[in-house]
Amino acid sequence: MALRVADVLRESACEHASVEVGRRGCSRRNVPGEAAGGCAFDGAQIVLLPVGDAAHLVHGPIACAGNSWNNRGTRSSGPALYRRGLTTDLTEQEIIMGGEGKLREAIRETVRRLSPAAVFVYATCVTALTGEDLDQVCRDAQATLALPVIPVHAAGFLGKKNLGNRLAGQALLEHVIGTGEPPDSTPLDINLIAEYNIAGELWHVLPLLDELGVRVLSRVSGDARYRELTFAHRARLNLVVCGRALLNLARGMEERWGVPYLEGSFYGLRELDATLKALAERLGGAPLRARAQALVRREEAAAGLALAPYRRVLAGRRAVLYTGGVKSWAMVSALQDLGLELTAVGTNKSSRHDVERIRRLVGKDECLLEDSGAGALLAAARRTGADILIAGGRNQYTALKGRLPFLDVNQERQEAYAGYAGLIRLAERLTLALENPVWGQVGREEPWPA
Amino acid sequence: MARVEYHRKALSVDPLKTSPALGGALAFLGLDRCIPLLHGSVGCANFAKVLLTRHFREPIPLASTALTDLGACMGGGETALEALRRVAAKGPAVIGLLSTALTETKGDDLAATVREFRAAFPEQAALPVIAAATPDFAGSLQEGYAAAVEAILREAARPGERKSALVNVLAGPAFTPADVDEVRAMVEAFGLTPLVVPDLSRSLDGHLDCEPAPWSTGGTPWEDLADAGRAGATLVLGPSLETAAAHLSAACGVPYQVFPRLSGLGAVDEFLGHLAALSGRRVPDGLRRERRRLLDGMLDAHFFLGGRRAAVALEADQLVGVASLLTELGMRVAGVAATAGPGLDQVSVDRIRVGDLADLEELAAEADVLIAGSQAADLAERLGKPLLRWGFPVLDRLGAARRLNVGYAGTLDLLFEAANALAQRPVEPAAYRSPLRPQPEEVTA
Repeated sequence: MALRVADVLRESACEHASVEVGRRGCSRRNVPGEAAGGCAFDGAQIVLLPVGDAAHLVHGPIACAGNSWNNRGTRSSGPALYRRGLTTDLTEQEIIMGGEGKLREAIRETVRRLSPAAVFVYATCVTALTGEDLDQVCRDAQATLALPVIPVHAAGFLGKKNLGNRLAGQALLEHVIGTGEPPDSTPLDINLIAEYNIAGELWHVLPLLDELGVRVLSRVSGDARYRELTFAHRARLNLVVCGRALLNLARGMEERWGVPYLEGSFYGLRELDATLKALAERLGGAPLRARAQALVRREEAAAGLALAPYRRVLAGRRAVLYTGGVKSWAMVSALQDLGLELTAVGTNKSSRHDVERIRRLVGKDECLLEDSGAGALLAAARRTGADILIAGGRNQYTALKGRLPFLDVNQERQEAYAGYAGLIRLAERLTLALENPVWGQVGREEPWPA
Repeated sequence: MARVEYHRKALSVDPLKTSPALGGALAFLGLDRCIPLLHGSVGCANFAKVLLTRHFREPIPLASTALTDLGACMGGGETALEALRRVAAKGPAVIGLLSTALTETKGDDLAATVREFRAAFPEQAALPVIAAATPDFAGSLQEGYAAAVEAILREAARPGERKSALVNVLAGPAFTPADVDEVRAMVEAFGLTPLVVPDLSRSLDGHLDCEPAPWSTGGTPWEDLADAGRAGATLVLGPSLETAAAHLSAACGVPYQVFPRLSGLGAVDEFLGHLAALSGRRVPDGLRRERRRLLDGMLDAHFFLGGRRAAVALEADQLVGVASLLTELGMRVAGVAATAGPGLDQVSVDRIRVGDLADLEELAAEADVLIAGSQAADLAERLGKPLLRWGFPVLDRLGAARRLNVGYAGTLDLLFEAANALAQRPVEPAAYRSPLRPQPEEVTA
């Protein structure tokens, strides 16, 4: 197997690879009975599913695909094959006798029905345990069907979502990137890494880059088409967006093809400012940086006007935040830009580097919440007098049971919060959540005698 | 009766099935202060939790043993034991321990795990831990649900002196919290005392408590369940729970009657007749009045429904109910069931098939309306047909727990909803202009 989990765990660009930290940090294992959050398979799908013209075939019994298909907030401007659930749906007999034959047939059938540009084939716990030879089946299918068939070895039990993100990045490095050539090249070609176009966020960002003349060669992987991934190695720079889960991909591309990388974020004024300027500087030196500066100044002025009424409501309001590794610190920064005070931040899903960053942003250790179960979040909200819980949908109803306003910022959400337009939308949604008249009514006691 | 078609397929496209472990967890959530614990990888529990949360719009207590690759290879017993210890420490009244494909494939023995737990933690001797086998590779939601209900009854029910006014109500997976409420009201209207297993109407009915809790906040209390063995009768709601009732009958001598569905005039009539016989009381006037309302509504609705075609994709139990009801109103139904559940071959439909939403697409060519969960929304849009969001999961509409499908009133709601969907899709032909006649604009000019 070309792909070694241990190597991915020991990501060398990540400072937590040091011996004393061991597996803690970037890929902590789950505690039995206390676990929250998704598995490695889930994580791999977060990275790869947005590739809209590829088919995503899950090799395993029903739960992995049956309980999860079509549950992503990612958007496509064209084909959206990730909205289809494809699985070999292994039965007991097939697990006993081996499911490779069925997988071969399923790949053929997938190609016949959906004419995808490529097929990603996902291993699951059961097929990993029984030792199905995914690599061989994919190699054979690729040869016979004359289209890329990529094995993704991210069985759920290997670890958390974060590890699955990395394993998907590894699959891209091993099987996809570097297998094609772009039609042309410009000195301002970049790739966006770990931007998944949730609710169309990418479309808030691309116009900004266009204005600077920066061309996004490959989107990894929000609104991506398979072919553009194959020539990602020809970009001049990788921009790793929000969080370090896919840093292994950026580092791998630097090693193999000499593509340097930059980390940045499009959430909030400070990050937009820093990211756009840094990007411009790296690509086009002082002249492009000056243009970025002008762009930022103009956009900030416009956003400032639009944000003014919301800021009056949001200033000084207290929030508890819990979001995934992909954007934990970035969201902290955006919320602070709107005038909110973060009283607690869940860090369970963040890598250690991201936790450091959160610590610097919020300025005090006691705000960091290691236990990020729904109950713990609510308790923290009460303890710290928070006005709102900002988290993923799984925690939404716990917040409402606690009569606490809530805003969904995870990948199932329907709202795009990146870029200047996104920040205005975020402010609007926060204001609506906090100001809804329902909060005046849910606390009232029964008006008649018991 | 149509023959149930089953095509062996290598590729399932847009699955209709969800996992049996999810169904098992759902059943356990109908016990009071219960925490279901899935023995598997974290993803097994997480996907199920997300789906249940989004469907019911409720926090779903669902724990995972968080089995890792190492645990899976070296034996997951200790992991399960550690998880049980931690979940028990939270203080639930019951733990529902469910297996997954992963742990069944490696061959973990849940019963042995429970025994080890008993030996290692005598201080938790009073805490019931109910194990049910729910591997993904066999069945869907309803099979796991049935396995959990059977495990609950095996563990809890005790034979003893008969309490003839007590009636076990085994509420199948097709019964929503609102349905369970309605059934309870019907049983109580005859002076009988229902023991509902499991009782989602007290846990997942969407109620606001004083405090959020890490377990199911309502449902059948564990201590009440021993009496299931002493009840006068068992009412089995949905074909899939017959096995559980048969066990109870064999172990404790409680006679049972299966009601495949409680929607439709005849089905409700029969149910009330059975209750009248059990209780020796007449059917109350209130129900008689509801029956007349249903009759009237059926007359109104039949104009909309008669001759129209529905393509229905649901879990088997629910398909039995919906397809039977619609055919009673003159609709023609093609059905796709998630699994080959019992009772499917008794439904009078044009075609019936075990499959996925791709099968629904094949059977839907002539349909006027689709009936399925919200996962069929894209399909309905592709086909340009209205979709009635029934079944599981429904992620993009509110009120999953409030949907009332049973009794005279619930039947009427279902019929009106279907009729209204069809009313928006008139059958008139598209406008036609005769080329032989002058066009209107020429006339007006």
